Amino acid sequence: MKSDDKKSKSVAKERLQFVLVQDRVKLTPDEMDAMRDELIGVLSKYIDVDSQKIEMDVKREDDMTALVANFPLKGSK
Amino acid sequence: MAGKTIVITSGKGGVGKTTSSANIGTALAMQGNKVCLIDADIGLRNLDVVMGLENRIVYDIVDVVESNCRLEQAMIRDKRYDGLYLLPAAQTRDKTSVTPFQMKELIEKLKEDMDFIVVDSPAGIEQGFKNAIAGADRAIIVTTPEISAVRDADRIIGLLEAEGLRDPEVIINRIRADMVDRGDMMGIDDMIEILAIDLIGIVPEDEGIVVSTNKGEPIALNDNAKAGQAYRNIARRIMGEDLPMMPLEKDSFITRFKKLVGLS
Ligand SMILES: Nc1ncnc2c1ncn2[C@@H]1O[C@H](COP(=O)(O)OP(=O)(O)O)[C@@H](O)[C@H]1O
Ligand SMILES: [Mg+2]
Repeated sequence: MKSDDKKSKSVAKERLQFVLVQDRVKLTPDEMDAMRDELIGVLSKYIDVDSQKIEMDVKREDDMTALVANFPLKGSK
Repeated sequence: MAGKTIVITSGKGGVGKTTSSANIGTALAMQGNKVCLIDADIGLRNLDVVMGLENRIVYDIVDVVESNCRLEQAMIRDKRYDGLYLLPAAQTRDKTSVTPFQMKELIEKLKEDMDFIVVDSPAGIEQGFKNAIAGADRAIIVTTPEISAVRDADRIIGLLEAEGLRDPEVIINRIRADMVDRGDMMGIDDMIEILAIDLIGIVPEDEGIVVSTNKGEPIALNDNAKAGQAYRNIARRIMGEDLPMMPLEKDSFITRFKKLVGLS
């Protein structure tokens, strides 16, 4: 199982980041998915996005909270 | 005198707010400050027992607000330290017996002759929490290295900022170096990165806290306890000193050996 080869601390950190994205933007998991899919849809019209590798995070910075999304390009490194 | 008011809060219950309030208050008094602790957990008062002052309560915060007594009559003087006082919560009333406005007024009065006022907040984000933060100049959030506690801390940061309490700081409580090392507990850096606020102290998991709570003697009074040292350092940082964080200690070889042969 996954939990055996991965330390529980990394699992905790990932799960925490995931719930905080929802808490901070006040969206449900379904709404998050919908937003993600729409973003992929829009971006794919112009660029070749690798949808497997997308990362979205909501970060608190000094003066604002920001949605930070990473859309890696297909075949890029 | 224009004292500073610090609220100790968390969102989640049982993470160490009351323990932290008692110890920070005591450690600030040990540094020569005049300190009043306020138990804002009306209906579930506990700061009195953690401080070992439960037998001396005559009046409480609701009596003060309802003018059944003067403020000074409700303040219990801790005989262990000059200048340490406790204003207890009412036990048989509920959170709505005090309003945020009344709390603010009361704190304004206390500020006239205290250096620090430390407010122990109840769990939750409702009225009790709003009362606790009403007169605060500064907020310290207590969390433990668990998803639920950090999540609630994050919620509280947002609520505090919405109330104009900017730049809260965090205490990470009950950390276990051995578990962090083997990858079974989130580390300090992980949590600070996620919460994006300043760290004011790290308090290790320490059995001594249970013992000191049993006796009603805050662990800050114990020179040898690691958690006591952690709280004394937090008090000095609150006073503006720039102290480095204590490294997380694992059991020394000697302690491990003693445990192995059953000596400790
Ligand atoms: N660093 C610690 N090491 C061991 N026990 C702790 C520590 N901090 C808190 N505790 C224990 O955890 C329990 C909850 O603490 P408390 O301060 O009452 O939390 P809260 O006020 O947030 O509900 C208490 O029994 C306390 O003794
Ligand atoms: Mg408490």
